[in-house]
Amino acid sequence: MPILRSRPRPIATLLLLAACGVANAQTTPVQSAEGAAALRTRSLAAQCAQCHGTDGRALPGAEVPGLAGMPAGNFAEQMKAFRSGSRPSSVMQQLSKGFNDAQVDQLARYFASLPAGSKP
Amino acid sequence: MSRHPNASMRRRDLLKFVGAAGGLAPLAFAGCAMNKIGTPDTARVLVVGGGYGGATAAKYVRLLSDRKIDVVLVEPESAFVSCPLSNLVLGGTRSLDEITRPYSTLSSVHGVRIVRDMVSSVDTAKRTAQLASGAAIRYDKLVLSPGVEMIWDRVDGLKAASASGRILQAWKAGPETTGLRRQLEAMPDGGVFAICIPGAPYRCPPGPYERASLVANYFKSAKPRSKVLILDANEDVTSKGALFKKAWAEQYKGIVEYRPQHVATAVDAASNTVKFEIQDSVRADVLNVLPPMRAGAIAVQTGLANSNARWCNVNFLNFESTAAPHVHVIGDSIQIAALMPKSGHMASSHAKVAAAAIVAELNGWEVDPTPMLTNTCYSFIDDKRTVHVASVHEYVAAERTFKTIAGSGGLSSAPNELEGGYAWNWARTIWADALA
Repeated sequence: MPILRSRPRPIATLLLLAACGVANAQTTPVQSAEGAAALRTRSLAAQCAQCHGTDGRALPGAEVPGLAGMPAGNFAEQMKAFRSGSRPSSVMQQLSKGFNDAQVDQLARYFASLPAGSKP
Repeated sequence: MSRHPNASMRRRDLLKFVGAAGGLAPLAFAGCAMNKIGTPDTARVLVVGGGYGGATAAKYVRLLSDRKIDVVLVEPESAFVSCPLSNLVLGGTRSLDEITRPYSTLSSVHGVRIVRDMVSSVDTAKRTAQLASGAAIRYDKLVLSPGVEMIWDRVDGLKAASASGRILQAWKAGPETTGLRRQLEAMPDGGVFAICIPGAPYRCPPGPYERASLVANYFKSAKPRSKVLILDANEDVTSKGALFKKAWAEQYKGIVEYRPQHVATAVDAASNTVKFEIQDSVRADVLNVLPPMRAGAIAVQTGLANSNARWCNVNFLNFESTAAPHVHVIGDSIQIAALMPKSGHMASSHAKVAAAAIVAELNGWEVDPTPMLTNTCYSFIDDKRTVHVASVHEYVAAERTFKTIAGSGGLSSAPNELEGGYAWNWARTIWADALA
């Protein structure tokens, strides 16, 4: 089927978009900036997910807490306590030192915005 | 029409994506097409290899694009078997089932289309991957996560000895893990297990030392007159050195012997002997010879291994190969930045940075100029206690590389059971983060 093997021609795209009822296919610069900023925050938060779960949702019965829904002040306070050593920890004593205050606030706001709960 | 149970959902998502993305190259809807054997003809994002890197990349392109970008994963195995923690299977305290997870959730939960096949070649100019089955898939973006390949010809006789099952590597968890375990079980008390470690860099720096410790743990209870001999091509233990050496000197006194600067050059399978560049040959009852490693075969064949013909140089902002556009290489195959280990966790971290960059690029957005990577690695000293190493890496634009952030790198002070629990928690969570 050559038509499927090659890139669709522009006319085919237009027909498809029309079929989808798409009035305005272009995103505005503001939408792009917002999309890019949200993606960066999610990408940064994804670096916590290997231990704390995708989107900060821990597995049921996990020994490491989930981060989703954690109040922002609490998140930032814990990170600072890990950094200073006032809260004893294993890997977090090192990992907490890898994130600056602005990143900690960015992560705190993001996780606070997510619904609490463990992974379904 | 399609063998994929969630085909109708994918089609809806793809239509939505075309609607939202508008002017982007509209390959996505063509991704609905299947050739006559049920393999998709095209993929907006094609991921090759379903290990820690590839599985995570496949899931996170779906996740970070809000399921708008079509992802196809090519992987020959039916299930994910974790290399991390597989030394516990070798040590006899855990089963392979406990470190195995299905790939099916990637498709049922995340809408990734899984093609059980191997990629036999890639045409980076035509952006097409040829599959072993004969089908071909055209891609907009390719993510290669092929792990490592053994450089067999560095150790004479090893390839044949490995193929015959006599001298195993078990450096990819699976049948060889259970095969090596059977050799250890069959070994008489008073025997010698020898592990040969290649020069760095190789997959999983602390892995061989953890393996030696867990085999020693098995011998200590089941075959107390037996020995573990570590024959290391490196000058010294390459990871968590002080912690491992302390355990060998105290917990495994009289069982483990460490010998540095042993570069293996040949094996003789008939006599179970390994020869070295300088030192005397060693005969052992069970030999585990790890040759030097390089990027996975498909990366080498595609001409991407442009660092000493062994590893793949990438642009660290998006993990795009410096040898071919639209090809992103992640995980153990890349030429690492300083202090960046070839670990499962690091492959997952690469995958997330690459996935975010691909989503940004396909949306026409600027790629994150300041990506971050984390690494956490636990090694078992015995069946319950672990030690860790952890670090955070930031992209340094002036040097176009990742650097470890001061203070963020460090180790456990001593083996402990608390971190043994954390290690299992890490494993279950990172598997779910990659697959479920």
